[in-house]
Amino acid sequence: MTRKQKRTLMRIGASALLLITAVLLPLEGLWRFLSFLPAYFVIGWDVLWRAVRNILHGRVFDENFLMALATIGAFCTGFFGEGEYPEAVFVMLFYQVGELFQGYAVGKSRRSISSLMDIRPDYANIEENGALRRVDPQSLHVGDVIVVKAGEKIPLDGMVLEGASSLDTSALTGEALPREVGPGDDVISGCVNQSGLLRVEVKKEFGESTVSRILDLVENAGSKKAKTENFITKFARYYTPAVVLSAAALGLILPIFLGNWASWISRALIFLVVSCPCALVISVPLSFFGGIGGASREGILIKGGNYLEALAHTETVVFDKTGTLTRGVFKVTAVYPESPFSEEAVLELAALAESYSEHPISRSLREACKNSLEPGRVADVQELSGRGVKALVDGKIVWAGNDKLMEEAGVDFEKREEPGTIVYVAVDRAYAGAILISDEKKPDAKETVALLKAAGVKRVVMLTGDAEKAGEAVAEELGIREVFTELLPADKVREVERLLGECSPKGKLAFVGDGINDAPVLSRADIGIAMGALGSDAAIEAADIVLMDDKPSKLSTAMRISRKTLRIVRENIIFALGVKVLVLLLSAFGLANMWAAVFADVGVSVIAILNAMRALKGR
Amino acid sequence: MIKTYALENLDCANCAAKMETAIRKIPGVNDATVSFFTQKLTVDAEEERFEEIMKQIVKVCKRVEPDCVILR
Repeated sequence: MTRKQKRTLMRIGASALLLITAVLLPLEGLWRFLSFLPAYFVIGWDVLWRAVRNILHGRVFDENFLMALATIGAFCTGFFGEGEYPEAVFVMLFYQVGELFQGYAVGKSRRSISSLMDIRPDYANIEENGALRRVDPQSLHVGDVIVVKAGEKIPLDGMVLEGASSLDTSALTGEALPREVGPGDDVISGCVNQSGLLRVEVKKEFGESTVSRILDLVENAGSKKAKTENFITKFARYYTPAVVLSAAALGLILPIFLGNWASWISRALIFLVVSCPCALVISVPLSFFGGIGGASREGILIKGGNYLEALAHTETVVFDKTGTLTRGVFKVTAVYPESPFSEEAVLELAALAESYSEHPISRSLREACKNSLEPGRVADVQELSGRGVKALVDGKIVWAGNDKLMEEAGVDFEKREEPGTIVYVAVDRAYAGAILISDEKKPDAKETVALLKAAGVKRVVMLTGDAEKAGEAVAEELGIREVFTELLPADKVREVERLLGECSPKGKLAFVGDGINDAPVLSRADIGIAMGALGSDAAIEAADIVLMDDKPSKLSTAMRISRKTLRIVRENIIFALGVKVLVLLLSAFGLANMWAAVFADVGVSVIAILNAMRALKGR
Repeated sequence: MIKTYALENLDCANCAAKMETAIRKIPGVNDATVSFFTQKLTVDAEEERFEEIMKQIVKVCKRVEPDCVILR
């Protein structure tokens, strides 16, 4: 609680005591009236003062004015025989309790969101004359060397020079599993160094570092408002004057014809108390803010309330294949040995033959081969561009490459039709077997497609630059029915535009890519989603939503958060308006009292805020 | 030019909305957002007259919500 809030709490206590004393005192007439004034002024002086000040500034009909008018009105009607004095004090008291709680709740949710964002590093260690010195991370430049001790946050993006450790990336990605790093690996600011000492060369200035970019993005998310938010602000502009005018009609015009002034005026005062739109104006943006905060805890960065809102109406999801549904790295997925060769032997021969090549295919062969590869066993390597290699391994001529190479070598081999890259291996012109290398699918890709369909996404489409056969095979395995293959980047934009045209008027199209080469598509889609963004500036720049880790299934998490947030927003709008309209109707017929009115104002705000805070919980 | 300022003592969401509407009406302001939750004001205004516009913004805010201070 802040100091101001504590002071309000004391005033509430003091006023309550004074009120009880006044009620118990056996006074009559004017003395009874005067006995309630201390309790009233203790709790209400600031409201009265602000009301007067705001009128002097030319602002009528604000909350303070309405509360002042309502309570003074209640005193007056009490003086003339209708109603009671305690009511006037109690209305003010209840109003202050509500305001206090409201301030406390908003402050609390604000703090819990900013603690989610607790990734900003406060300092960096640099080594000077053998001793460590703490400096402001903003003062460092590219090329400087920093030291990160166990338990500290990595302050700037960089590359490990010395040391090995596991990094906790959960603040950035929501991923619980630590990431192992060693010399030569890139590290990202905001991760926490869990075990060893790391010496890191700075690769980006603080302002350009991942942490700064993410904080910027989340802090500015509030400036892009959802449609519902704008609607509520607009609604509030008409709601208050409308209710105040009705109050005037009720209190000043109707009694001219019907008489009984005191009763009509007290009904009008109830209208004034209910006329504040605060419950809506606070709770709707708070829900969106909470939803964005909750999502960022899951490693999903959403750039604005409008995107969070649009996500709930996603009708078509378009995936880019490479890097999104698949890892974008090559891996040996199958080996077909020809007897008498074993699987292991075929792999070893190919890996040895290609041991000097830096081609991704060669690298994947070496990674797949479990045996240690002694370079001494290989000699006379000839790279035959576009076909493969020919090398002397253990004194025998080994050929490893595509079908053209086999034909050239005159090897009798069996041509395979699987999608992917196939490396045929032959030893001394005898066919030894084939190795299938393909891009590995992400483990949760299939589940994602199923989850999206279950969540009501009508079309899941895959776009890829790959050959028809390879693309279709992947799509079929993942359960995607619509697939467009052999597309150039420009073709992807055209496909997305066509799909946009096929969406229903309210349905939205989301495009999910890895942020590399697909910026135009990301910006063309209703919702551009980039994934695996750790370290990729282009993706953070171009997309509306960024999935920080590599998991496509985070998309369905994001949709769930979006729907939950919108449900909370709807609940709040219906609840707040419902109660207000109900109290207005009842009081117009003389059935509601001031207590109901204060509940409809402050009580409803508090309940709506509590409900809105659920959005923060993410799932 | 877009600039962001922290706000102090911004206690009511409706006031934030009113401040925002009032600031947007100032000539030279392209866009403005007052976020009640982050307690921040973001102003997009003409670069050459920015200081002058900021002065007007402070004045307008004073009128709408006298307790609220723009930290600069």
